[in-house]
Amino acid sequence: MSRIGARFRQILERKGKAFIPYVMAGDPSIGRTRELVRILEECGADIIELGVPFSDPLADGPTIQKAAQRSLAEGVTLGGVIELVSELRTQTQIPIVLMTYYNLILRYGEERFARDAASAGVDGMIIPDLPPDEATNLLRYSRKAGLDLIFLLAPTSTDERIKKVSGASSGFIYYVSITGITGAKLSMDSSIESHIAKIKAGSGKPVAVGFGISTPEEAAAVSRFSDGVIVGSAIVKRSGDMDEELKRYLLSLRSAIR
Amino acid sequence: MPALDELEKAYESSRKDRQFQNELAHLRKTYIGRPTPLYFAERLTKTLGGAKVYLKREDLAHTGAHKINNALGQALLAKRMEKKRVIAETGAGQHGVATATGAALCGLECDIYMGSEDMARQSLNVFRMRLLGARVIEVATGSRTLKDAINEGLRDWTTNVRTTHYVMGTVFGPHPFPAIVRDYQSVIGREAKKQILEAEGRLPDHLIACVGGGSNAMGLFNAFLSHDEVKMTGVEAGGQGISPGEHAARFAGGSIGVLQGTKSYLLQDESGNILGTHSVSAGLDYAAVGPEHAFLKDAGRVEYTYAKDDEALSAFELLSRTEGIIPALESSHAIAEAVKLAPRLSKDKIIIINLSGRGDKDVQQVAKIKGIEL
Repeated sequence: MSRIGARFRQILERKGKAFIPYVMAGDPSIGRTRELVRILEECGADIIELGVPFSDPLADGPTIQKAAQRSLAEGVTLGGVIELVSELRTQTQIPIVLMTYYNLILRYGEERFARDAASAGVDGMIIPDLPPDEATNLLRYSRKAGLDLIFLLAPTSTDERIKKVSGASSGFIYYVSITGITGAKLSMDSSIESHIAKIKAGSGKPVAVGFGISTPEEAAAVSRFSDGVIVGSAIVKRSGDMDEELKRYLLSLRSAIR
Repeated sequence: MPALDELEKAYESSRKDRQFQNELAHLRKTYIGRPTPLYFAERLTKTLGGAKVYLKREDLAHTGAHKINNALGQALLAKRMEKKRVIAETGAGQHGVATATGAALCGLECDIYMGSEDMARQSLNVFRMRLLGARVIEVATGSRTLKDAINEGLRDWTTNVRTTHYVMGTVFGPHPFPAIVRDYQSVIGREAKKQILEAEGRLPDHLIACVGGGSNAMGLFNAFLSHDEVKMTGVEAGGQGISPGEHAARFAGGSIGVLQGTKSYLLQDESGNILGTHSVSAGLDYAAVGPEHAFLKDAGRVEYTYAKDDEALSAFELLSRTEGIIPALESSHAIAEAVKLAPRLSKDKIIIINLSGRGDKDVQQVAKIKGIEL
């Protein structure tokens, strides 16, 4: 079982919920990302999502777009982030998921990417512009390398999509809480809860919810009916804050997710 | 994905719906003013001293460019899907104007995304869109041109997908967009084929069209693809020359990648980030090209070349002076290629250039480039 799978099993056994924070690797420097990973783990993160900057991040709102621009200006590449993970593995065994866009992986070479990422200690991938329909090759290479591919579902997903996406996802399923982009305002309609229940029952896989969650209250509400809560833009916004202030915020999220 | 499935189903059913097709045909005739003329450019032909040059006059279509062919079709499609709002990206502003026009005609709300750099160089079209009742939303991210406007448009669509139809303006984006846009633009080639047979009793030897995303080129080429004897050239923007960031010639300086849901030739750096582009014409200033063009290039069916800014500007002036037709800077790239090709061909050969749009929108910018104060 993958590190992500094992972590979810532990959490679910103690009837807990996963806290999955996101930071953009290299924003504003790789050194700061190393510190942030340590802080996130100290503050109770279960899985860490590292953004890999892309010039045209279609699924991201202004906060993460700007973070990607800062990171690109630092010269951060997919290869650089893989290297970072391999260094991080000397200090932590927390599951690490990369979130990025397909062109970077295609350019790197899908087979080489899956191999390099897995051997560096990357546990999974979230690629919002790659639906499972187009992921045949990457799925094959990732399975071989032991890398989880986490696909996305949204409130608009039909039963047919749910079946396809759930079947292809490994590690967990990423449920996008809103129709929209990262960092937008959360407005959950009541149907999300039953939608997620259906996905969980049908797939038997953990479902984590992200996009638009920024306050402990929102995190608490979402964690009630999901297996994990992903917080991105709100953390990226605060990632330059004084460490003590950032930790207070992270701990408030942590204690809300239960 | 569900939105794309919904669109594909709606589009397929609209193709079989006689009432929908009749309405589209009626509006093409009475509203767009189709068929647009196929004009024999006699003075240009004489000046170039070679093959006979015909112009397919898409500049005479309502709103002044071929973009209306697609925008009107998709506006009707939006109405059919019971969407209350349409959004679109625009580069030169022609697709924005066309979408705003289609929206006004169909009573739909309309928001247009446009890069701030393009808004500055196409201010006339910005005002036209506002006159037509659309909101123009400035995109100040990335290179602040067409690519970034598409990013913002797609972000809006993901957010408002239940009420909104995204009117993709070119043969790009995820399936079924490239096919829908090609089909709505194919009327150009169907008409041109009929018209050239009437005028000359035979098919042309050569077709030339400029290629940004590639919709006017697909529109002209499509009806001729099965006729192997008809050669075709797509002309990209060579900008200041083929070095990174200085041009938008994807086939000359690009490689295969995935952007905005499409696999095609892209201008990208070695890590796969998308490079900045440059062209004097906002409508060609784009880092990727429609996937069917990539296919036609790899299959060897269409040849792709580029014209640089200065060549396009000379062609802009040449056509204005010899024929009394001020072409769009985009279309001027196609004319620039004809300037090179026609003299090399004998006088019994026939070239059709797609004159995809008129140049009124570019007059201010050309004056500025020439250092003339208006």
